[in-house]
Amino acid sequence: MTDNVPSASRGLLARNKWLLLRRASQLGFLALFLAGPLTGIWIVKGTLASSLTLGVLPLTDPYMLLQSVFAANLPATTALVGAAILLATYALIGGRVYCSWVCPINIVTDASHWLSSRFDIPKGWQPKRSLRHWILGMTLAASAVTGAIVWELVNPITLLYRGVLYGVGLAWAVVLAVFLFDLFVSRRGWCGHLCPVGAFYGLVGRFALLRVNAASRAACDDCMDCYAVCPEPHVITPALKGAEKGHGSVILSSDCSNCGRCIDVCDRKVFEFSSRFAQATERSPQPHRKAA
Amino acid sequence: MAATDPDKALPRVKDRRRFLAGIARTACGVGIAGLLLGLLARQGGARPAWAIRPPGAGEEADFAGACVRCGLCVRDCPYNTLRLAELGTPVATGTPYFVARDIPCEMCEDIPCVVACPTGALDHGLTEIEKARMGVAVLVGQEDCLNYLGLRCDVCYRVCPLIDKAIKLEKQHNMRTGAHALFIPTVNSEQCTGCGKCEKSCVLEKAAIRVLPTELAKGELGAHYRLGWEEREKHGGPLLPDIIDLPDRMPGVAQ
Ligand code: SF4
Ligand code: SF4
Ligand code: SF4
Ligand code: SF4
Repeated sequence: MTDNVPSASRGLLARNKWLLLRRASQLGFLALFLAGPLTGIWIVKGTLASSLTLGVLPLTDPYMLLQSVFAANLPATTALVGAAILLATYALIGGRVYCSWVCPINIVTDASHWLSSRFDIPKGWQPKRSLRHWILGMTLAASAVTGAIVWELVNPITLLYRGVLYGVGLAWAVVLAVFLFDLFVSRRGWCGHLCPVGAFYGLVGRFALLRVNAASRAACDDCMDCYAVCPEPHVITPALKGAEKGHGSVILSSDCSNCGRCIDVCDRKVFEFSSRFAQATERSPQPHRKAA
Repeated sequence: MAATDPDKALPRVKDRRRFLAGIARTACGVGIAGLLLGLLARQGGARPAWAIRPPGAGEEADFAGACVRCGLCVRDCPYNTLRLAELGTPVATGTPYFVARDIPCEMCEDIPCVVACPTGALDHGLTEIEKARMGVAVLVGQEDCLNYLGLRCDVCYRVCPLIDKAIKLEKQHNMRTGAHALFIPTVNSEQCTGCGKCEKSCVLEKAAIRVLPTELAKGELGAHYRLGWEEREKHGGPLLPDIIDLPDRMPGVAQ
């Protein structure tokens, strides 16, 4: 049932299409930033915290800026515009698209998850998923009290980016700590339970238009592959199994990061990307795989 | 309202207790994490004296809340003066600074670092580099400064972009030879930008003149202090009209 075993019907590439695209995207963003310092051709300057693309497009991480505002600081227009552009984008395509398609730490925690399921390492500590919202609130409160942007002191995402782009220092140690934390202390712990950046973007994408749709849910044969592969499996149930309760087939939870892993692994082609207003294509249930 | 069935009420009370205990646990855990983060932030605020902020950076406490550590200022500095603090160094992680003795600020006329800053952590109101106050040069190593020893080095004075304004040579009698003058490099803190050119070019093994953060370098009079001679000038004469001005007694001069 591991998602790397190719199925008889679909090739390895088809089973990993979105995963490969995501990795290309995550590494592509890093490459865009790296191109400047490495080759002297400046496409993007800065880091994920704030950047300037082609000398015209400013982008600023809205969560970082929000902390700055809580720290009683009024940011300059460039940063406000940059944050507004990103807010609008993520509000449209799904906040946690940041996690799946941009964040470099996601590669680290996915690797950790792959190892931990491969070697059956116990899941370990599994706090409530709402813990990340508490942490999000805490970082804002702490920013207000100290007058500093506190999450930037430990944020592994920007530490990694700054490390790669400006000199690594001990940043690698923090990234390694996240890896080991997910491996031995809490499976899927960092992104699924703790990271306030993901929590923030989740809230931003609450009403996102781009969503994953269990459109052909009638064809599901309960193999549970999607549950095994999804970093936030609780989001699947209402869409996939909620037909009787009158629940639509679109995954509406803002915890879903639009990673498309469920689309990849499902041999019954149940899932697809769609708008949040899409309906299930209630085609006649296909015969179950086991029965066929 | 019907009396609650104790058999049913008990689990409900237990549930509520478990719920509240869960919330308390989360709140405490997150609170402790917040406390640690806050302490880390405070520590990060203690900047070492050799780390000088780019032009336009405000007070250290404000800077920590304004700078998002993007490094755009670093990228646009044509002299590679600026760098971002790496994790594990004593400067707050990711914040820009420079070490004057390594690469000083060349005081670019168009101040590209300030222009590049998206957040305004480097104040966009700063448009004339002469108005920058990155720190103040102080001749801390007087005992070793060649000019103090009576030689004519003058290098710090010569390299200063604001020569004769930010730094002057003040003449003093050379007590050692009894016949010569000392040319004491003297910084005027109201003009010095803290660019660090003087520190960089000091010919000693270790610089005798160093840029220090202003709050370290300067004293401050009590707000209620008035300097008599200034008040007198402002007033155009003594403030108390009928006061008798006794003659100043000079040592060795017969009255
Ligand atoms: S949860 Fe945080 S660390 Fe994980 S992918 Fe999202 S932003 Fe990155
Ligand atoms: S004024 Fe010029 S040399 Fe000085 S820090 Fe800014 S960009 Fe660099
Ligand atoms: S450009 Fe501004 S926000 Fe970015 S690192 Fe420099 S001072 Fe900080
Ligand atoms: S730091 Fe030195 S060189 Fe720069 S303005 Fe001040 S006295 Fe002049």
